[in-house]
Amino acid sequence: MEILTASSVTINYGNVTAVDNASFTVNEGDYFCIAGANGSGKSTLLKGIVGLCPIKSGHLHIHFPKEQISYLSQSNKADRDFPATVWEIILSGTQKSGKTLPFYSKEDKMRAEESMVKLGMEKFRNTRIGNLSGGQQQRALLARALCKSPRLMLLDEPFAGLDSSISEELYSLYRDLNKQGVTIVMASHDYQAIGKYASRVMLMNNSHVDFVGSIEEWRANLWQN
Amino acid sequence: MAELINLLSYPFMTRALVTGTAISFCAALLGVILVLKRYSMIGHGLADVAFCAVSLAVALGLSPAQHIFVTLPVVVAASFVIMSLTRKGGKGDVAIGMVSTGALSLGIIITSLSKGFNVDVYNYMFGSILASSTYDMYLSIVLVVVVLIMFVVFYNRLFLITYDESFAQASGISVNFYQFLISFLTALTIVIGMRIMGTLLISSLIIFPAVTSRRLVRSFRSLVVLSAIVSVVCFLCGLFTSYYLDLPTGASIVGANIIVCVMVTLCTLRKE
Ligand SMILES: Nc1ncnc2c1ncn2[C@@H]1O[C@H](COP(=O)(O)OP(=O)(O)O)[C@@H](O)[C@H]1O
Ligand SMILES: [Mg+2]
Repeated sequence: MEILTASSVTINYGNVTAVDNASFTVNEGDYFCIAGANGSGKSTLLKGIVGLCPIKSGHLHIHFPKEQISYLSQSNKADRDFPATVWEIILSGTQKSGKTLPFYSKEDKMRAEESMVKLGMEKFRNTRIGNLSGGQQQRALLARALCKSPRLMLLDEPFAGLDSSISEELYSLYRDLNKQGVTIVMASHDYQAIGKYASRVMLMNNSHVDFVGSIEEWRANLWQN
Repeated sequence: MAELINLLSYPFMTRALVTGTAISFCAALLGVILVLKRYSMIGHGLADVAFCAVSLAVALGLSPAQHIFVTLPVVVAASFVIMSLTRKGGKGDVAIGMVSTGALSLGIIITSLSKGFNVDVYNYMFGSILASSTYDMYLSIVLVVVVLIMFVVFYNRLFLITYDESFAQASGISVNFYQFLISFLTALTIVIGMRIMGTLLISSLIIFPAVTSRRLVRSFRSLVVLSAIVSVVCFLCGLFTSYYLDLPTGASIVGANIIVCVMVTLCTLRKE
């Protein structure tokens, strides 16, 4: 079943076209990787999907309520030294639009607790986020994203700056989530890892979509080049 | 203690105490967000705009109680302009630099074309405890109540937006609304606080408490609480020092903040 349909999507910053005429579909249950070199437009496309960048022309259709999307931005500029505990950060993932309460509900806290335990972060509950290693920080952010029980997760280079054993571990975490039914759309420039884990791949080059297809087609395509 | 009570029997001292405590409390809360989001120069820019507005009010011959009818709308408008420029291009520092120096020059021109640098204008630039009126005191009480309510009601939202704006926006939360709310409250704090602190120094009340406290805390919540405490304590120390040593109020308060900030920095450096 299709859950995301893009037809001729174009996004630009001023007069720079960052995504040009992109068409693709994502199906429920996909582990969809967007591959491409730096500056090819991956981040911009993800931002277009979540509504952080206006779409200039074309059509982007999400076939379910937008609240069920979780988005993790690239390299989380939020500086590493931000004074907040793991618990504060995970809990903030339960916030929804429309519901502005000064305190978190019991249900919110339960959900947060659940995703914290799921990722094995409970021992870092009161640790300042900056005192964790890069991999643990990513786990905390993933726990925050899971609070919503998302149907679709958009991940922008979630492994940038992590060493390979940790990203391996995180990749398999995502694969487990994917097996439980969460659709994953991930931007990455690590072609090797993509080949190992993705179910479908889209290649972006210079703001164009060069290729969309299954992982088998992608591997065959790679051999040719 | 007896001396303190004696001191409070001066109405101007009570007014300064209430107004200043209120202002330093609000500035510290807002400062936490402004500093973490790297918007802290907005305070400085707005203070220069406030100076320009005050020059205009003085030139128009308004009484001090009426100045706020000029300063408040001008500074609030400027805060919205600065916030939009900051959000749009990511060139916030340039925008603030241009707006603030422009406003400062305009203020100086207005002042010299009218009455020149009289005591009113001087007090606004450097601050004075004598300048705080009963009217200011009531305004500052209203300000504290408004800021506190906003902070409590929107605390979770403000945390989320401060920590990760794009996550908040992707969750369908109106980041713009909160950003404008913060700049509006900052504008209010500056307009009411500049009489005591002076337009040249008011922005330090926004920056120092958060910078001092962030080295000492683990959580965002304790940062908010500690900043407020540090800010009020430094204000009180500065105020009494300025009274007993006959030093300028605004500068003494900034001095107290700097001393605490340096001490905390040295202590935490040694621990590391
Ligand atoms: N905020 C921005 N303003 C202007 N241009 C941008 C902005 N963000 C990205 N770009 C440009 O858009 C293009 C695509 O960038 P991006 O989507 O970040 O690529 P990727 O994520 O694949 O590295 C690049 O040419 C980049 O310079
Ligand atoms: Mg990118």
